Amino acid sequence: MPEIKVTPLGAGQDVGRSCILVSIGGKNIMLDCGMHMGYNDDRRFPDFSYITQNGRLTDFLDCVIISHFHLDHCGALPFMSEMVGYDGPIYMTHPTKAICPILLEDFRKITVDKKGETNFFTSQMIKDCMKKVVPLNLHQTVQVDDELEIKAYYAGHVLGAAMVHIKVGSESVVYTGDYNMTPDRHLGAAWIDKCRPDILISESTYATTIRDSKRCRERDFLKKVHESIERGGKVLIPVFALGRAQELCILLETFWERMNLKAPIYFSTGLTEKANHYYKLFITWTNQKIRKTFVQRNMFEFKHIKAFDRSYADNPGPMVVFATPGMLHAGQSLQIFKKWAGNEKNMVIMPGYCVQGTIGHKILNGQRKLEMEGRSTLDVKLQVEYMSFSAHADAKGIMQLIRMAEPRNMLLVHGEAVKMEFLKGKIEQEFSIDCYMPANGETVTVTTNPSVPVDISLNLLKREMALGGPLPDPKKPRTMHGTLIMKENSLKLVSSEQALKELGLNEHQLRFTCRVQLQDPHSDTDTLHRIYTHLKSVLKGYTIQHLPDGTVMVESIVIKVSSSTEDPNTKVLLLSWSYQDEDLGSFLSTLLKKGLPSGLC
Amino acid sequence: MKLYCLSGHPTLPCNVLKFKSTTIMLDCGLDTTSVLNFLPLPLVHSPRLSKLPGWVSKDGTLNLEKELKECAGRVFVDSQPEFCLPEKELLDLSTIDVILISNYHCMMALPYITEHTGFTGTVYATEPTLQIGRLLMEELVNFMERVPKAQSATCWKNKEIQRMLPGPLKDAVDVWTWKRSYSMQEVNSALSKVQLVGYSQKVELFGAVQVSPLSSGYSLGSSNWIIQSHHEKVSYVSGSSLLTTHPQPMDQSSLKNSDVLILTGLTQMPTANPDGMLGEFCSNLAMTIRAGGNVLVPCYSSGVIYDLLECLYQFIESANLGTTPFYFISPVANSSLEFSQIFAEWLCHNKQSKVYLPEPPFPHAELIQTNKLKHYPSIHGDFSSEFRQPCVVFTGHPSLRFGDVVHFMELWGKSSLNTIIFTEPDFSYLDALAPYQPLAMKCVYCPIDTRLNFHQVSKLLKEVQPLHVVCPEQYTQPPLTQSHRSDLMLELQPPPMPYRRCSVLNLPFRRRYERVYIMPELANSLVPSEIKPGISLATVSAVLHSKDNKHTLQSVPKPPPVPPSKKRKRVIEEPPVVLAPKPLLSGAVPLEAFLATLQKHGITEVKVEETADGHILHLQAEDTLIQLEEDGTHIVCDNNEPLRTTLRDLVLRFLQKL
Repeated sequence: MPEIKVTPLGAGQDVGRSCILVSIGGKNIMLDCGMHMGYNDDRRFPDFSYITQNGRLTDFLDCVIISHFHLDHCGALPFMSEMVGYDGPIYMTHPTKAICPILLEDFRKITVDKKGETNFFTSQMIKDCMKKVVPLNLHQTVQVDDELEIKAYYAGHVLGAAMVHIKVGSESVVYTGDYNMTPDRHLGAAWIDKCRPDILISESTYATTIRDSKRCRERDFLKKVHESIERGGKVLIPVFALGRAQELCILLETFWERMNLKAPIYFSTGLTEKANHYYKLFITWTNQKIRKTFVQRNMFEFKHIKAFDRSYADNPGPMVVFATPGMLHAGQSLQIFKKWAGNEKNMVIMPGYCVQGTIGHKILNGQRKLEMEGRSTLDVKLQVEYMSFSAHADAKGIMQLIRMAEPRNMLLVHGEAVKMEFLKGKIEQEFSIDCYMPANGETVTVTTNPSVPVDISLNLLKREMALGGPLPDPKKPRTMHGTLIMKENSLKLVSSEQALKELGLNEHQLRFTCRVQLQDPHSDTDTLHRIYTHLKSVLKGYTIQHLPDGTVMVESIVIKVSSSTEDPNTKVLLLSWSYQDEDLGSFLSTLLKKGLPSGLC
Repeated sequence: MKLYCLSGHPTLPCNVLKFKSTTIMLDCGLDTTSVLNFLPLPLVHSPRLSKLPGWVSKDGTLNLEKELKECAGRVFVDSQPEFCLPEKELLDLSTIDVILISNYHCMMALPYITEHTGFTGTVYATEPTLQIGRLLMEELVNFMERVPKAQSATCWKNKEIQRMLPGPLKDAVDVWTWKRSYSMQEVNSALSKVQLVGYSQKVELFGAVQVSPLSSGYSLGSSNWIIQSHHEKVSYVSGSSLLTTHPQPMDQSSLKNSDVLILTGLTQMPTANPDGMLGEFCSNLAMTIRAGGNVLVPCYSSGVIYDLLECLYQFIESANLGTTPFYFISPVANSSLEFSQIFAEWLCHNKQSKVYLPEPPFPHAELIQTNKLKHYPSIHGDFSSEFRQPCVVFTGHPSLRFGDVVHFMELWGKSSLNTIIFTEPDFSYLDALAPYQPLAMKCVYCPIDTRLNFHQVSKLLKEVQPLHVVCPEQYTQPPLTQSHRSDLMLELQPPPMPYRRCSVLNLPFRRRYERVYIMPELANSLVPSEIKPGISLATVSAVLHSKDNKHTLQSVPKPPPVPPSKKRKRVIEEPPVVLAPKPLLSGAVPLEAFLATLQKHGITEVKVEETADGHILHLQAEDTLIQLEEDGTHIVCDNNEPLRTTLRDLVLRFLQKL
């Protein structure tokens, strides 16, 4: 039985360092190659030694697919390709290909230049790695090799995020990456067709959450920012440079415009301008509304939002600052946080998920005293607000996607074990399909039962369809007969006659002749007619003919009558049939042996 | 399998392919050359045009002075310009299931087909094709609607009258079917039927056919199409290009192994080299400006203009044209320039990598930013206050019959300092200029047509090896004006099947196989036996299920257990219910081995008699005959059914079942 195997190297019952291995139809595929924000040691990258202990990965992988540019999905890519060693194709969408190297470079700078780590990938390695990237277009069917094909679907979540359908023969797997089932201010909703994969591998970040309406959350968010500004407080919003940042910028920009607010909004890092440029050039990846109006008004040209300078943090008066990174684990957002944490007028709004181990995660869990590097502690007095703006599908969205794709099996990754357990129960109950949630390094094996594609001769098919009538009768299914010719890699189903001809075989006729003695005091012709009448009454639905040459034909069985030379009342019936009519022939000879019923005229 | 040809224009095709159970329209081109028969539509009142004399036949019997005007010896219809539509009578257009669009120039007749014909299908096109196609339609509607013409000329179309008119009006075909432009509402309704597709996307039609667009290298989002089932493949090649301009390169290899290749949209200028023309364009432009004249470039608002602007971007500084204003005037100029920048996925590699920086892929962004290129929706409004001469104006329509270009022709036509440079290949420039004669301005003809030429196409066909080629009849003979150039035609073996407007071709297909899926349970129950080295056979008895044009074979369900019958006696009289025909047999029964087998089964008294074709075995104890021949066995056995079945089974042991 063919099997599909799925092994998460990362993101198994966890969020971070997404990396999932899939073996399907003899092909091995790596889905995502991310880093973990919660670790600074070896654990930040997936354990590639699972694939091979020594040597390069090229021989073991047919392709690598990256779902989107977030570092927990692509952060380990240069390490994997350049330091462990992989030279095969890496697939990602155009926006991901454009943005991913910038975030990698940023990540490298923080790790190497700021934290002083050695033995890390270099700028050159990022460049070399990106040379192996093959861009993917939405809905394009990409033939990785003769057998393996992949197809990308829109996933929402961030610019260029894609779900991917992987197919070998009639077996298939869908990997969602991160996705969002509701459109937001700048992105559309994820969509997939009814592709009925054998396994649907879905993220489950918000496995237990059913989020309230987005409008309420937005109103809440604006209210909180507004109140804080009114009080003269400073608002810090830690974000990643691309993604939620643009969403919230659009939100604040329109609010500032409407309310005619004057407090400054800043956006940290030099990335901003560049980031917005990407959004302008990849406008086809945003939502319908932005795409429709972009000629008149480009939503990514902000009037109220200006670039941030480090010195502004100490300026008096209210302000809103978007700063990177989003989980307060390093960089500018952390620096500003440290500066503002002591004042209860200030506020930090966490707009997305925070990985365990990050400061973001700690303050969200209510920790008010933070141990900082160098044994100092930081008292957190500012208001801490959490507002889920991260564009992940919630439980409702995940169920919706399952309804769209109709998978045969479900596999959850990119979530916390307890929450997954809950969702797994719900999925199994509602859809009656198996749902798996492997831990890292644990392999799930699903047996598939693919049907076998065969070429049927059109003559045979047409004959069969004509005989079957326009509507099939479920009570009386028609049986079709044919011969399957297996030659090299081709499978052809033809009628038996055609098979003989194609293979140059002779037909061997097997015939039977059987004499039956019958007591019937009539003339030969009368006897024949009596037989004809008898068979007519017994064999309903068969073709029975009384031929002028003195024979009766039942289908292709020939019956002749002659009188015995000794006794004219003893008739000798000669039955002759071919092997193809064996059942009927055998039945007839037995039937006629019993004589004719007397009531026949 | 049939092909209905609804357009006779080789670069603006409209064909309908009946393939398996589907009806597929390939492109929806609108033949706009008909507008050359009409008088230009001026934006502001033109005394010259309004003073043109009406036409009266020489003998004075026919007076059409209201409808027809004469200018420099040619006669023009004074009415809103009309287009020659694809043929509507050849087949019922409401039966069309899908329309496949190959590029934005080949979809301009779409509203005529999808509206008011009962069409209920889907149109497939790439995103750039849809967006830019929409712009071109919008522009066309705008050109027509902003200068409404009160009168609509119809008398001249009367067959009797048309016969008496001077050429080329006399020879115009199907004038009764010519139609005015559609409305914006019809455009929107037509385009709402478009479903977007990406290159190499596989789209299933009713489970029977799969269609897939391939990059054709001609324009943004332009595509060729593959229409195939599991065993048959039709390639539809429309406007394609092998030159490296802005679009993604042409995908050639996917066209391989086609049974039929429908070839349309070759270059209309087989003797003009696009690169040479571009050079000539630049030098003429510079020369005119230096001499203090203006340059008018009639063009479409998308396509080659991107390349012209890119070329000028490099040329402006070196030619010292830095201060010359360049104007691009079209109702959709801004949209076209903006849209060109957002389709990175559909661009050539060089332009794609610019987006990664991130920089706009086309340099016209910089021309606009530095104020060298300015764009306006029309000559009215801001343009009139900004207008400085000498300048270069890009504007439509290339036919010179409508659009802002008409105004510039009236404005600049009288001065020999000015130059008009034709770059679009769709219209004969002499015909285009006819209603403006006499003309003092210089005319330069640099048609840039990047589509495949005959040399390129024969190389392509050699590579992809289609079994049959179908093409417009124009491609099977040299152009009329260059009848000695046998290199300007397709020469193939077997010769291509030519079509013309209203042709119906029977495509040479022999469909022999269809895909069927054997369900796993049935597949596991099959018992293959090797009949020759490398060839195995298995007999299959199955139930065929056909749904949505997909066929599957499933195991024959076991009959439900017969309820115990009370009349047991009658059971034997029931004829066999399931008429399962026995397989065919093949092979031969070898005498010695068969005798040995008989012996094993206790049949020892066998008399063997040799005959001409084999042997007769007389089983003496059983009084039974078996006739063994090369390709037949005959068992004659009376009144001993058990023996007969035993013998039958013994014979079968030596034979192959099929």
